Amino acid sequence: MSMQSTHRAMRADGEDDVPIEILLVEDSPGDVRLTQEAFRDANRSHRLHVASDGADAMAFLRREGRHGNAPRPDFILLDLNLPKMDGREVLAQIKADESLKMIPTVILTTSQEKADIAKSYQLQANCFLTKPVQLEAFESLVRNINDFWLTTVRLPRRPESGQE
Amino acid sequence: MSVEVLLVEDSPGDVRLTQEAFRDANRSIRLQVVSDGVEAMAFLRREGCHVHAPRPDLILLDLNLPKMDGREVLAQIKADASLKTIPTIILTTSEAEADIVKCYQLQANCYLSKPVQFDAFASLVRMINDFWLTKVKLPQQEQSG
Repeated sequence: MSMQSTHRAMRADGEDDVPIEILLVEDSPGDVRLTQEAFRDANRSHRLHVASDGADAMAFLRREGRHGNAPRPDFILLDLNLPKMDGREVLAQIKADESLKMIPTVILTTSQEKADIAKSYQLQANCFLTKPVQLEAFESLVRNINDFWLTTVRLPRRPESGQE
Repeated sequence: MSVEVLLVEDSPGDVRLTQEAFRDANRSIRLQVVSDGVEAMAFLRREGCHVHAPRPDLILLDLNLPKMDGREVLAQIKADASLKTIPTIILTTSEAEADIVKCYQLQANCYLSKPVQFDAFASLVRMINDFWLTKVKLPQQEQSG
């Protein structure tokens, strides 16, 4: 699933016509919808791809099965509690894979548990965010993610060769 | 509850700006400053004059530093099981793609380019405060025995 805005992305680094590819790993259709809308409102040419379980996320990242032509994400938003393969395991696999570990991976979950936060940073999650329950706060958090990670931060550029 | 931030920066001007911008944004921050890479590691490992140093909740790390390069500091932080959980933000004038890629390979938590303009720099520091110290859940301070 992808969306494309007609607006051009304005990246801080001047890479202004390459859309930012985002992989959202989320099993709740409501949260997927909210995230899509909040990113769309941020008025940029992101392309948001959605994987709804951990196994599908890894297949997307490794371009397996139906994901043979999947783009390499510039940024990953990862829920922790997922069907098939847990988000903690997805994170561990991403950060243990030399070709994937440099992709910034942000945990976005309802969990506020100290153990989940500690474990995620141990596994080298780039940051940990708790999903607010309130609709408006959730939208505002997605805008914050957009403003910080997709506008201010310098993301690693996608490798140009087909090697990775 | 105060938040401990370690700034590793050798430019006195940038240190001053960062201090002022954080002070304006958030009075509960305790900003500690070290000016080279060796001192940064001594602070983090509580060696020498840093025996009583607090464990930082967040590290802001410049790349081009005297004595020990910021890339090496980052590599050492992320190779140390007790330090690797501390979010480490690269804040540097370098915009070289090789530096960006290398830092993410070394598991920097994020990479930010320092703007040259005063106002833009102050605004970036506020943004770091608003995102990392307000929205993000940082790992809790705990001493493993």
